[in-house]
Amino acid sequence: MTNQVDISLSQDWHQPNQLPIIEEIRALIHDVSLIPANKQDNICDDIPTVWLLKQDVCRVMQAVRHELIEPFTVCFDITAIDESERRHKSKHVADFTISYHLTSPQRNQDIRLKVALTKHDKSIESVCQYWPNANWYEREVWDMFGVVFLNHPHLSRILMPSTWQGHPLLKTHPARATEMDPFTLPKHKQDEEQKALQFNPEAWGMKRQGPDNDFMFLNLGPNHPSVHGAFRIVLQMDGEEIVDCVPDIGYHHRGAEKMGERQSWHSYIPYTDRIDYLGGVMNNFPYVMAVEKLAGIQVPERAKVARIMTAEMFRILSHLLFYGTFAQDVGALSPIFYMFVDREKLFGIVEAISGARMHPSWFRIGGLASDLPKGWQTLVREYVNYLPARLDEYDKMVMQNSILKQRTQGIGAYSTKEALEWGVTGPGLRATGYSWDLRKQRPYGGYDQFDFEVPTGSNGDCYDRCRVRIEEMRQSIRIIEQCLNNMPEGPYKAEHPQTTPPDRTRTMTDIDTLIPHFINVSWGPTIPVGEVSVAVEATKGIMGYHLISDGSTMSYRTRIRTPSFAHLQMLPVISRGQMVADLIATLGSIDYVMADVDR
Amino acid sequence: MHDTWLKLFEISIILGLLIPSAAMLVWVERRLIGIWQDRLGPNRVGPFGILQSFADLIKILGKEDWVPPFSDKLVFIVAPVIGAVCVLMSFAVIPFSPNIGVADLNIGLLFFLAMASLAVYSVVLAGWASNSKYALLGGMRAAAQTVSYEVFMGLSLMGVVLLSGSFNLREIVLSQQSGWFIQTQFVGFIVFFIAGIAESHRLPFDLPEAETELTAGFHTEYSGLKFALFFLGEYLGVMLISCMSVVLFFGGWLMPEPLASWLPAIVWYLLKVSVLVMVFILLRTSLPRPRFDQLLLFGWKYMLPLALVNLLVTAVLALTEVI
Repeated sequence: MTNQVDISLSQDWHQPNQLPIIEEIRALIHDVSLIPANKQDNICDDIPTVWLLKQDVCRVMQAVRHELIEPFTVCFDITAIDESERRHKSKHVADFTISYHLTSPQRNQDIRLKVALTKHDKSIESVCQYWPNANWYEREVWDMFGVVFLNHPHLSRILMPSTWQGHPLLKTHPARATEMDPFTLPKHKQDEEQKALQFNPEAWGMKRQGPDNDFMFLNLGPNHPSVHGAFRIVLQMDGEEIVDCVPDIGYHHRGAEKMGERQSWHSYIPYTDRIDYLGGVMNNFPYVMAVEKLAGIQVPERAKVARIMTAEMFRILSHLLFYGTFAQDVGALSPIFYMFVDREKLFGIVEAISGARMHPSWFRIGGLASDLPKGWQTLVREYVNYLPARLDEYDKMVMQNSILKQRTQGIGAYSTKEALEWGVTGPGLRATGYSWDLRKQRPYGGYDQFDFEVPTGSNGDCYDRCRVRIEEMRQSIRIIEQCLNNMPEGPYKAEHPQTTPPDRTRTMTDIDTLIPHFINVSWGPTIPVGEVSVAVEATKGIMGYHLISDGSTMSYRTRIRTPSFAHLQMLPVISRGQMVADLIATLGSIDYVMADVDR
Repeated sequence: MHDTWLKLFEISIILGLLIPSAAMLVWVERRLIGIWQDRLGPNRVGPFGILQSFADLIKILGKEDWVPPFSDKLVFIVAPVIGAVCVLMSFAVIPFSPNIGVADLNIGLLFFLAMASLAVYSVVLAGWASNSKYALLGGMRAAAQTVSYEVFMGLSLMGVVLLSGSFNLREIVLSQQSGWFIQTQFVGFIVFFIAGIAESHRLPFDLPEAETELTAGFHTEYSGLKFALFFLGEYLGVMLISCMSVVLFFGGWLMPEPLASWLPAIVWYLLKVSVLVMVFILLRTSLPRPRFDQLLLFGWKYMLPLALVNLLVTAVLALTEVI
C-alpha cells in the first residue's frame, strides 16, 4: 500500500541561517575582509554569499576547505559574470565577478564566495590545489571570459577550439550569426585547424617513451561507437593498458549559456530540454524553479505533483537507456532492444501527456503547459504495473550474468572521498555508499511528501553504479504510483500575470488582463532583479541553474552547472592502469551525455 | 579423365552452394536475432526479406574499391583472400554424405586444423597492413587469441581420434554407427565448440573486432568487396565449425533407421548443421564479451587442462575397453 501524499503540507528546504558560517570563517581568519552580500546584491536564494578581495582568495579557500571543522569539501561550481552591462548592481561589483559555489555535505550547506575583478587586471589565483575539479571550471572561465588563473596546471581552451579568437561569454562578443561576418573555411585555414587537432603529448606533460618501450597514443573519438556522442579521449597506452588519458570536450558546445542571454525567460525553456537531451522535463525543472524563485511565484499543487511525476518518468527513461547501452558497451547486444520497447511505451505516455516525446518543454514558469489529459491515470497505472516485472527479467539477463560481473565488478572504482573531491554527484556518488540525494537532503518542489528510498552501493565500481540506477528506477515507479494515487485537483498553472497567459475567456472582456497578455506575448515576462541558484537531483546527478536577472525580459547571466561535466573530468583518475575494454565499461557506467557536458 | 571432370563438377557444385548459403546465413542470423530481440529484422527485399543478402551484395559491388594510401597495399589486398580461401579449403575434407565430399584424405582432421591455423594470417596481416592503430590492436588480439585457442582445439579432438582410431573424417563418421561421440566426448565437444567460436571471432569471443572498443578491429580500414570477403569468411567459419562438430560428435550424416529409407543423408546432415549454426547465433544474442586477458586466462587456465584431462580419461577408458 502506498502512502497518502498531501502536497499542501510540502515545504521546500532552506539553508541554515547564514550568519554563523560567515562568523565561523571570520573566527579562523580575522585579518581578512569578508563582506556579506547586502540588499543591493539582490540575492534571492538563501545561500550565504560573501565578497572577498582578490588577494585573499587563497587564504579564505584554505580556511573553508581545510580549517573549518566541517569543511566545504565539494566545489560545486565556479563561474564568472561579465558585469559591464549590468544596470542594477551593488557597490562591490566591478567589471567581472568570479563566483565560487561550494558545498559542505556534512553541514548540508552551500556557500557562495564572490570576487570582483577589474578589466585591467583580469587575473586571479587558481584554486586547483584545494579542489582538483576546479581545474576544468577555471579553464572554462578562461575560455569564456578571458580571466587568467595564476598557477593553474594547464590553462587552455576547453569548450572552444584552440584556434578560437575571443571569449564568447563577454558581453562584447556577438551572440547572433547575423552580427558576424559569414563563416568561411578556406583551405589554408582548414589545414591550420587540422594541425591544431594534432595531439601533442609534451604539452600535457606526457612522455612518448617509457623506460623500455614506446607509448602508443590512441585517439578514441570524437567519433567512436562507445564514447556516447562527440567526445575525444587521447589515450597514452602501453600495449592495451592505459597509462594516462586526456579527455577533450567541446565538440558538442552550442553556447546554451549565451543563448540564455538572448532568449526571453519563457522562450528559453525549450533550450533547457536539450542540455541533457535524455532528461526531458527534468531539465526544465531547475530552470523554472529558479525563475519562480526570482519572481516569487507559488506553483499550484496539481502542477507540483504532475511535475514530479513526469520528472520521475524521465528518470526512468534515461536510466533505461543507460542500462541498455551499458550492457551493450560490455558486449551484450540484446538488452538494449528490450529496454527500448519499455522506453517506447513510456514515451507514448509522455506524448499523451505533453504532446512531445523526448523534449516536451512541458513545464512553464508558474506551472505546466497543459493540464493532464483525460484518462492519463489508466496509461500510467498500466505502466507502473508493467515495468517492475521487466526489471526483474533484466536482472537475470544482465546483472546476474557472470561475464558481465567479471567485466564490471571492481572496475573503474573510486571512493566516496575521491568522488566528493571531484564533484561527482548522482548515482556515481551514491554507488560509493554515500547517500546524497537532493530530493531527500534538500527537498524541493514537493518531494518531501513522498515516500521513497535512496539506494546506495558499496564499492563505487561500474557494477554498483548500474545497480544503484536500477534500484532508482524501482523507486521512481514508487513515486509515480504515489503521484497517481494522490493527484490533487485544481489549476495547473499559477494565476500570475507575469508568467502565465491569463485565461482566454477573460482577455476578451477585460482590458486589465488583455494588456498583460499582450505584453507577455510580445516582450515576454519581465522578471524582477535578483540572483538565484537552484539545483535538482537530475537523472545523471545534480543539475543547477544560476540565474541573474537585471530586471529585463531576458536573463543577464544563465549559468548551467551540469553533472556530466564534473564526471568526465575525473576520467583520467579512474582510467589509469585500466585496459581499453575497462575504459569502455567505465564510460558506459558513468552515464554522461555530451550535450550535458558541453552545453 | 572422366573421374577428374566429375570431381571438378562436384567441387564447383559445393562451392556454388556454400558461398550463397553463407550469404543466406547473414539473412538468417539477422532475422533470428531480430525475432529474439523483439523486432523484425530485414523483411523488405523479397518474401520474408530472403533476398536481403543479394541486395547487400549488389550494394557492396557498387562500392569504390578503396585501398588506404597509408597501408601496405599488397598485403592489404591479399589478407581478406587468405581468410576466405583457408576456410573454403577446409570444406574440402568434410564428408557431407556417404558419397558427397571433395577429398577423402587420411589426415582430414589434421588438414582441417592446419587450415584453421592458417586462417589467422588473414586477420593478423589485415591488422598489420592497415597501418592503423585500431586495426593493429585487433590484429594483436586475434594473434594471441587464435594461438591460445588453437592449442586445445587440437587437443579436444584427440579423444575422438582415439576412439575411432583414424584421422580420416569419413571413417570417424562411420565409427559412430553404434553411438555418437557426443555421448563419450561431451567435454571434448564443449571445448571444441568454444575454441571454434574463438577461431571464427564470434561473440562472445569477437575481441579482434570488438566494435564497442576497437570500432571494427582488424577490418576497420576495409570496405567494399574486401570487407565482404572478411564477412564471407566469418560466416563460412561458422558453417565450418558446425559441420565439423556434426562430423566429429553428432554422427555426421548417419540417421536413425526408420528415416534412412526415405530421407537423403545430406538432408539429415544439413539439419544437424543448422541446429548448431543457430546455437552460434543464439550465443551471439545472449552473451556479453569478456575482456582480452580474461579470455586468455579462461583458455589457458580452464580449457587447456580440461582438454588434457578429457584426453587422459578417454585414453584410460579406451585402453581398459570400457568404451
